Amino acid sequence: MALELNRDPKYLSDLALQIRRHIVTMLGAAGSGHTGGSLSITDILTVLYFAELRHDPRNPGWPLRDRLVLSKGHGAPALYATLAQAGYFSTEILKTLRKLGSSLQGHPDMNKTPGVEMSTGSLGQGLSVACGMAAAAKTGPGQFAFRVYALLGDGELDEGQVWEAAMSAPHFALSNLCAIVDYNGLQIDGEVCRVMNLEPLAQKWAAFNWRVLPVDGHDYGQLLAALDAARGETNQPTVILAKTTKGKGVSFTENQACWHGIAPNEEQVCHALDELV
Amino acid sequence: MEKIATRDAYGQVLAELGAEHSEIYVLDADLSCSTKTNIFAARFPERFFNLGVAEQNMIGWAAGLATCGKVPFASTFAVFATARAYDQLRNSVAFPSLNVKLVASHSGLSVGADGASHQAIEDLSLMRTLPNFTVVVPADGPQAAEATRAVYAHRGPVYLRLGRPKVETVVTDQPFVLGRAQSLRSGSDATIVACGTLVREALLAAERLGREGLKIRVLNLHTLKPLDAEAILQAARETRALLCAEEHSIIGGLGSAVAEVLAEAGSGIPFRRLGVNDMFGESGEPEELFRKFGLDADSVAAALKSLLS
Repeated sequence: MALELNRDPKYLSDLALQIRRHIVTMLGAAGSGHTGGSLSITDILTVLYFAELRHDPRNPGWPLRDRLVLSKGHGAPALYATLAQAGYFSTEILKTLRKLGSSLQGHPDMNKTPGVEMSTGSLGQGLSVACGMAAAAKTGPGQFAFRVYALLGDGELDEGQVWEAAMSAPHFALSNLCAIVDYNGLQIDGEVCRVMNLEPLAQKWAAFNWRVLPVDGHDYGQLLAALDAARGETNQPTVILAKTTKGKGVSFTENQACWHGIAPNEEQVCHALDELV
Repeated sequence: MEKIATRDAYGQVLAELGAEHSEIYVLDADLSCSTKTNIFAARFPERFFNLGVAEQNMIGWAAGLATCGKVPFASTFAVFATARAYDQLRNSVAFPSLNVKLVASHSGLSVGADGASHQAIEDLSLMRTLPNFTVVVPADGPQAAEATRAVYAHRGPVYLRLGRPKVETVVTDQPFVLGRAQSLRSGSDATIVACGTLVREALLAAERLGREGLKIRVLNLHTLKPLDAEAILQAARETRALLCAEEHSIIGGLGSAVAEVLAEAGSGIPFRRLGVNDMFGESGEPEELFRKFGLDADSVAAALKSLLS
């Protein structure tokens, strides 16, 4: 049976808080990993897994489930914490992140972790895979058996393959496909606008024949409204440009490019957990 | 005997398979008239996706289809199918071990007049090193047809290497089994291990040397991975010299695979790799190129004689 969805903002914010606590704790235990980009997508994943996707944590292989491809695979801690919170596996396992023999690899491995739909990590490949899934869902003209979501980083949009995929989804009218860009404005070497400017980003996607919906990626009401609009779309795929804060929820990690690829130490974990209440 | 291009055989069988199995999807990158996926496309347009000149995206689409239980066949020229989309093959297909069939036409020098940019001489090396991939090189049209069916029946990622020109049928009475070499000619003096278009040249060379009294064994090693190590070692035990011949760089392909088996087994048999000698190809007719690059029957025979002397 599919997980019961709930759109109550208090319910979602409580879950997101718990997921952020898991993320900080597991990264601290691992001693390495990507803190900033995990905290920036926490609210998006919370809304997807608890208020949007048709899925069943007790039956991860359900053929008719909606799928999420985490194209920005380095956000794995956020995905693992969300999947554990949804019941795909015990939250106890989270502390094995990145350890030898763990089911929770440094980047997502679909053959090791229940609920992970695609192995990712090399940036730029997830949207193409999501297109293939969305095409597989087609049962007739404009008819699809399930929906597919792809979560991309903003720095990831530098990859040319993203734009090959972006060209192909509208061409084949994959209206069951929804891409979400985690637009936190920072990539490893600094500000996105300085490393490789993406603007005008909304116009780029629109020119590729996508429906474009800019939202605040930490506002549940805006995210849900955009997801509703995407679900109502019958001709073209939708991209949600979610403006987010890298490292969201922990004062000393917010908006710091240096927190892209490092984990908090023991003391920093304690400080972060003091804030995440 | 009738000459058939391996790509033509593939296109025909793919359309037949499409009628038998609704889970087969076919993808191409704007070369469907050359790869012959256009036959499938005409019969099953709803299961055919032409992704334009975008090979990386095509591989991603194939991976996504495979995660949903479909059996995608993705085709384009060998150069673009492998090198152009290599990271996609590595991370989106090989690593998750998805059931994607990569079927590439226009491999090797026999592409001909298009020249070096279009002549894949490194694809076997690239594909052989990816875990989970099976790598197959059929020798003629009927074998390409059999291989296409075997590749569909096999669960897991496969690279099937095909060619442009029409080629003579050389393998007639041997069943095709993935991973099992075919002994096309028996002999005790020396062995030629070949794959693809070089199987015919090897047979012609063996015939010529036979007229000089030499008994040459010919093995068709159509599957480079998994490799039939036992057939290679048996030939090394039972004959006095071993020559590998392939339409590919001598680095990383069939010759390297066989050398690895021989070296690790401690075989000291006189051995030589015949292939493209660490250089790029050029424009010309396939026969001219085979002669120039030392891959025609005369060159194969001469190489084997010098190895035996």
